[in-house]
Amino acid sequence: MHTASALAVGLKTNLTAIDWLIMLVYFAFVLGVGFLLKRHMRTSTDFFLAGRALPAWVCGLAFISANLGAQEVIGMGASGAKYGIATSQFYWIGAIPAMVFVGLFMMPFYYGSKARSVPEYLKLRYDEKTRAWNAGSFAIMTVFSSGISMYAMAKLIQVLHIFDGVFIHFGLPLSWIFHFSIFLSAVIVLGYISLGGLTSAIYNEVLQFFLIVAGFMPLVWIGLKNVGGWHGIQRALGPGYTHSWRGMAHASTNPLGTEWYALVFGLGFVLSFGYWCTDFLVIQSAMAAESHLAARRVPLIASIPKMFFPFLVILPGLIAISVPTVTQHMMAQVQTTPALGVARGAATASMTSDASSVPVGRGLIPVKIDPITGRVLTNDKGKPLLDYDLATPNMLLHFFPTGMLGLGLTALLASFMSGMAGNVTAFNTVWTYDIYQSYIHKNGTDQHYLWMGRMATIGGVALSIGAAYFVTSFNNIMDALQLVFSFVNAPLLATFLLGMFWKRTTGHGAFWGLLSGTCAAALHTGLTLPADVSGVGIHGGWIAVLHVYPSTMAQTFWTAIWAFAVCFVMTVGLSLMTKPREEKDLVGLVYSLTPKPAEGHLLWYQRPASLAILVLAMVVVLNLVFL
Amino acid sequence: MGLDIRLPLGLLFVVTGGMMAVYGLFTHGSAIYEKSLGIDINLVWGLVLSVFGLTMLLLAYLDRRRAAKAPPVNPASKVPPVTRPRGH
Repeated sequence: MHTASALAVGLKTNLTAIDWLIMLVYFAFVLGVGFLLKRHMRTSTDFFLAGRALPAWVCGLAFISANLGAQEVIGMGASGAKYGIATSQFYWIGAIPAMVFVGLFMMPFYYGSKARSVPEYLKLRYDEKTRAWNAGSFAIMTVFSSGISMYAMAKLIQVLHIFDGVFIHFGLPLSWIFHFSIFLSAVIVLGYISLGGLTSAIYNEVLQFFLIVAGFMPLVWIGLKNVGGWHGIQRALGPGYTHSWRGMAHASTNPLGTEWYALVFGLGFVLSFGYWCTDFLVIQSAMAAESHLAARRVPLIASIPKMFFPFLVILPGLIAISVPTVTQHMMAQVQTTPALGVARGAATASMTSDASSVPVGRGLIPVKIDPITGRVLTNDKGKPLLDYDLATPNMLLHFFPTGMLGLGLTALLASFMSGMAGNVTAFNTVWTYDIYQSYIHKNGTDQHYLWMGRMATIGGVALSIGAAYFVTSFNNIMDALQLVFSFVNAPLLATFLLGMFWKRTTGHGAFWGLLSGTCAAALHTGLTLPADVSGVGIHGGWIAVLHVYPSTMAQTFWTAIWAFAVCFVMTVGLSLMTKPREEKDLVGLVYSLTPKPAEGHLLWYQRPASLAILVLAMVVVLNLVFL
Repeated sequence: MGLDIRLPLGLLFVVTGGMMAVYGLFTHGSAIYEKSLGIDINLVWGLVLSVFGLTMLLLAYLDRRRAAKAPPVNPASKVPPVTRPRGH
């Protein structure tokens, strides 16, 4: 969604020895954990499924960290600055109910069926072709996602001038920083995953979770102090920014540009359930849990910190627009204490030289600059566009002194890498089990598949690097890719829901339902246009413009709703026309044919359902507070 | 899985927090803290992180001691028993 592609001007970064030391310590730990785990990697189950031996809280923190890449951290800060606290809908409506659902109702089938991956569940439940379609599209998507993550990280490192001082010190050209950043992140991720497999990835996601909290909590603390607390934000920004449900009755009266029912059904149901309940990237950490009960608790435990994350990642965006506006001229001036010698060269000069002509941004958010011409980008009405993606990074640079800044940047880099790592471990599992073992080399030894897993890790990282450069060299390719991904993902939820809860669903129905859902998504996007983009193009209307949505977000929600509905209807229709599977083959795969897990020996508070009720009650309270 | 995550986690936070706290002590009152509204954030937050790290190490230590006292369950098996007294 949000990327660092358009980042143009950041505050200047002055790192000192203590900042570097903090970063080095973190990377030493990351690789160290990999080395310590290497001797435990004896079988392919150890490598791909973490031996199915991790406690629920560890998997739970990994479950949210896999999703909490830096693109999420930066994107949520950006949306916070753009839309206000309504962005928290992506958490309270767009994540928590789905996490509760997957824990209570779906995890028994993923974990209990002994499937080793989500595509493998589709093979067990439906047939080979449904698995092949899901495994193939998923493998391609993970490689591109991790490539995009890599690209965004390299871009951010460049824009924040993190390595400039070091490069100047050693007399290296600054143009190498981008390549160096890609190479460095690739080597580190490759290192710890090929050593310790999924366990290593999960452990590092846990470290990253705590680092993000440690790096962002002081940011919110000092930021709030600076703007006079929550009341200060309310005074500075007005009610539109500080209430999450205000104006949701009509698309035109709220910042998201969508009605409440599109929000609840499109985001809260189709998109959110589709992601949290079917995406192997997050599900894999729950499948690594030590027991059936632990696996069900994983998403429930994860949802508790998840519901408080808006305060950590969205609030910085609101604070960034609440502080008195810093002009870009001043932004460069703020940071003139020399630390790394002549680090700030050309970039500062070009920024300050025409400072008088640079329009003012808002708060800490600068205007968007065209990276090639150096001109300020404006919308149709001639108003300058703001570079919201810089909200969170600029907050770090504005409020953190050296030392704390090192920790904040480490947290940001850590989240980029664990986002990448989650994709790479999901890729190596799906490649090895669902593609290689299924279609290329069926009867290998376990040791052979363990070897293949390590090779697939190397291959996955190499392909990610390729994807990162592919994204670099084609303008807008990232938007196009994300659009295609959304077409493939949108209908998935219908396939899984019907598969798990309706025993009559057949493989033919599922496969053709999925394809028609994907086509419906593409068709819907091709026939509609959001009002907030500049004309017909990649964002819609490439067939004809039949309908105009008030915002891109509204279009996205409705695309998902259409894809789901078409997939659902087609799957049901085709299933009724084709021969169902025998019921004895579906035990453990379908709700009505699977014995309910025995919970009689558990005390009421140990049962997943009690935890689920607690979680939902907490979300209701949060929504009421910010109503 | 052999390694208790709380050991590297605790160690990472003790080391990082310790470094920040010491650095904060030496730079106390310096102009660098104008950014953080005069708060010596390195010292304060370094201490908070160290305490968190120590807590994690302590929990890992207590669990290990408890596990050592309990009779070993099926030590030859590579698959750990489901009811291991680890984690929460």
